Amino acid sequence: MTLDEFVTAFAEEFDETPAEQFKADTVYKELDEWGSLTALSIVALTMENFGKKITGADLRACNTIEDLFNLIQTK
Amino acid sequence: MENPFSLEGKFILVTGASSGIGRGTAIACAQMGAKVVLSGRNETRLQETLASLAGEGHLVLCGDLNSEETRKEIVDKMPPLNGVVYCAGISQIQTAKFMDQLSLEGIFQTNVFSPLMLNSLLLKKKKIQKNASIIFISSISGVYRSQVGEGGYGATKAALAGFAKSLALELSAQGIRVNTIHPGVVETPLLEVSNGTLGEEELETLRQKYPLKRFGKPQDIAYCAVYLLSDASGWMTGSNILIDGGFTLK
Repeated sequence: MTLDEFVTAFAEEFDETPAEQFKADTVYKELDEWGSLTALSIVALTMENFGKKITGADLRACNTIEDLFNLIQTK
Repeated sequence: MENPFSLEGKFILVTGASSGIGRGTAIACAQMGAKVVLSGRNETRLQETLASLAGEGHLVLCGDLNSEETRKEIVDKMPPLNGVVYCAGISQIQTAKFMDQLSLEGIFQTNVFSPLMLNSLLLKKKKIQKNASIIFISSISGVYRSQVGEGGYGATKAALAGFAKSLALELSAQGIRVNTIHPGVVETPLLEVSNGTLGEEELETLRQKYPLKRFGKPQDIAYCAVYLLSDASGWMTGSNILIDGGFTLK
């Protein structure tokens, strides 16, 4: 999965936030819709697409979607 | 006067006795005079529990209760019981949208199917004596409340509460009582596992939501189990007991 594909998949987990609002440098934690449900969705999405487990701490440690994508690559 | 809360002379089976609520329950039962049968998957940790038990005559039956063969072997070695506490359980977080059938089957196997089938076998082999007490450790999750991603876990815990009602009716003629305990968050290794997802900061936020300002300890639950196992609760059956430090008050 490329960074662009990850951003698209990331955006799909949000029901209220328009997809155009998601870019590689989007600070996801600042989105109104960011919360436990979306966070768990991203954990599941990462498992499904990369076969890798990320934690709540990982999600807190990253700021942008790209940060998270890069962190996943190191796992 | 004889102590109505004593478990003197009673044989109590505790599943999941290698850690957490199960270990705490085994220790409390032994303190109250019971002979405890310890069930769990990890021999080393079961031996650690055994070493913490007061009194003598306790028994370790190690094995994975998810296996039908193991359940048979364990029940064959089982002494006649005056009480059973089904503590063995696992937790899981997955949202409804990302539900994975294998994981869902896994948690239902451990939390529901295995205790129900073990219970069935214990009854068939007449290992549960008249006037015995059976306890299922359920949760506040499922019957009382939930949180996102907890649907599968909550469903297993609610299933136990549903099953216990029917079992209480079926066994009432023999004076066997069946109750469920519904704990809030208890400091156990299970919590440390979810901590991987939650993080210490979120755990602290959650802890502060408990009016009594702490999570439960295994003994908070164990002492309720002791009461339900003792003759003091002789008229209680089919009850769901909530122990949650006040969490569901608000």
